[in-house]
Amino acid sequence: MLQKEGEVRIPSGCAISGIFSKDGTPVNGGEIVESIRVMHDRSNGLGGGFAGYGIYPEYKDDYAFHIFYDNMEVRQKCEAFLDRHFDVINLSKIPTRKISGIMDEPLIWRYFVQPLPHKLEDSQLDEKEYVVRCVIRINTQIDGAYVFSSGKNMGVFKAVGYPEDVGEFYRLDEYEGYCWTAHGRYPTNTPGWWGGAHPFAMLDYSVVHNGEISSYDANRRYVEMFGYRCNLLTDTEVITYIFDFLLRKQGLTLEEAAHVVAAPFWQTIERMPPEEREQMTYLRKAFPHLLITGPFSILLGFEGGMMALNDRLKLRSMVAAEKGKRFYIASEEAAIRTIEPDLDRVWAPRGGEPVIVRLEKKGGM
Amino acid sequence: MRIDASNKSYKELNAAILKNPDPNTQITGCCGQRYIADGFSGKKIEIFGTPGNALGAYMDSGEIFVHGDVQDAVGDTMNDGRIYVDGMAGDAVGYAMRGGEIFIHGNVGYRAGIHMKAYGQKRPLMIVGGCAGSFLGEYQAGGTIVVLGLNAGSEPPVSYFCGMGMHGGAIYLRTKILPADLSDRIVASEVTRKDMWELMPKLEHFCNIFGENLNEILKTPFYKLTPDSGNPYKQLYVANYQ
Repeated sequence: MLQKEGEVRIPSGCAISGIFSKDGTPVNGGEIVESIRVMHDRSNGLGGGFAGYGIYPEYKDDYAFHIFYDNMEVRQKCEAFLDRHFDVINLSKIPTRKISGIMDEPLIWRYFVQPLPHKLEDSQLDEKEYVVRCVIRINTQIDGAYVFSSGKNMGVFKAVGYPEDVGEFYRLDEYEGYCWTAHGRYPTNTPGWWGGAHPFAMLDYSVVHNGEISSYDANRRYVEMFGYRCNLLTDTEVITYIFDFLLRKQGLTLEEAAHVVAAPFWQTIERMPPEEREQMTYLRKAFPHLLITGPFSILLGFEGGMMALNDRLKLRSMVAAEKGKRFYIASEEAAIRTIEPDLDRVWAPRGGEPVIVRLEKKGGM
Repeated sequence: MRIDASNKSYKELNAAILKNPDPNTQITGCCGQRYIADGFSGKKIEIFGTPGNALGAYMDSGEIFVHGDVQDAVGDTMNDGRIYVDGMAGDAVGYAMRGGEIFIHGNVGYRAGIHMKAYGQKRPLMIVGGCAGSFLGEYQAGGTIVVLGLNAGSEPPVSYFCGMGMHGGAIYLRTKILPADLSDRIVASEVTRKDMWELMPKLEHFCNIFGENLNEILKTPFYKLTPDSGNPYKQLYVANYQ
């Protein structure tokens, strides 16, 4: 019987890995599976997951919803909701492979959707906000349904199991994209369940995280004032909403958002040149509730790019590397070397300093 | 004897190393296997590839030479012996090291030499050819850390909070500029002739091993950081009444 929060505590581990192809040359999903496989011992089989970007070129303008259902009844209820709010372009079960490492799977469905024009107009919301509110409504109000991926031309694949098994289960070797992130989970304070596996996604933002957020409740209380609902029983969820709030709603740049969540110490700010000092002081004062404390290394995936960020004390390891137009990042260098032994450059990013990569293609994706 | 580490789990690899009667072991194709040579003594191991975390932890004697980069917690609580890394290292190298020597050709990550200590004849040494991340020598209680900053340019070879909470031992920095945020509980002084006389054989050894030029290295001044005994930690968390 699975023990829930408060009944068990396990020492921390977790692993993250990311691959980004700057010129957009497709990367097969099998590569990220090989990378995360090397860090098997950092996980304990209670969660693994992946996010792929550029994987649905044939439906690139539609929102791709990946949804877990507990049973057929819930599915019918949720599909009725979707029909009332969206034009469903295509729907299908997400193809999976039966393997011994993955058991007790829920129903896993995929929908390519467009907001119904008259509904959208009546709501007086912009399109993305409309989609976000629908996703939050499903996740909060339809018990047993969970939308775990809702961006365009991207998708999250996650499960309870070791990450390499999760990759095989979802047949990731049959997908290609310009960016992949991966997570191997070792849950510490909360139960390992399908919805609690990483990545956590909202629209095209997805987060994988190694660490433990001691500021979780302060962060949660703040973002819930803006309509977000943290109901997945794990801390990482709130990071996704923080980035959605800062980037999409507040219009901050990635660098600014990084300096909000991993703000430098006041004593470090004091020694900065005047202009930088003023900016850092402003960000710390404007969003004090969104400072994330505790150890973390995260990868934020988004349309056309990826950002890696460590807590300011660098309490979780992270190594970056480059080879030609490929960018790699992982908890351990071995996870990079296993897929690309001959690298042009390897370095360890500093705590609190974001590493941002974007597609070079003209006009973006 | 040569051991091919490809497709071996850390348990299989470490069992193969232990079983090997030959005093010299060469490991090829290493990729992320943890705990290599932990609690190890008396043998020489040469590694090609990227060994996993906790390489040479609790090591008691012998030698490890890595052709490549290493990950986190190399030489954790090492007691004796030598570790050479012709590459860079992850976080917490030489964590709570109490003896032995670690030579890293490239950079080291955060918290290198944290809690390093010394007692009697046990005097650990760590020489870093590149630069060090934040919290170098945090809570250092003994032993010697040397950072050469061969790739530092005009910047100090260490990041923030160098020697925070240090109360013993010494950190040598090869630099023209000291870090701006040095604690007022640390004394930074130019090295004395005696200091350099002690360091010289170790620096020569580093240069011989990694093919660096000692004369070039000596052209830049060295500073020595030691705890300020006139300004000890009296009230870090609570008042310590005498």
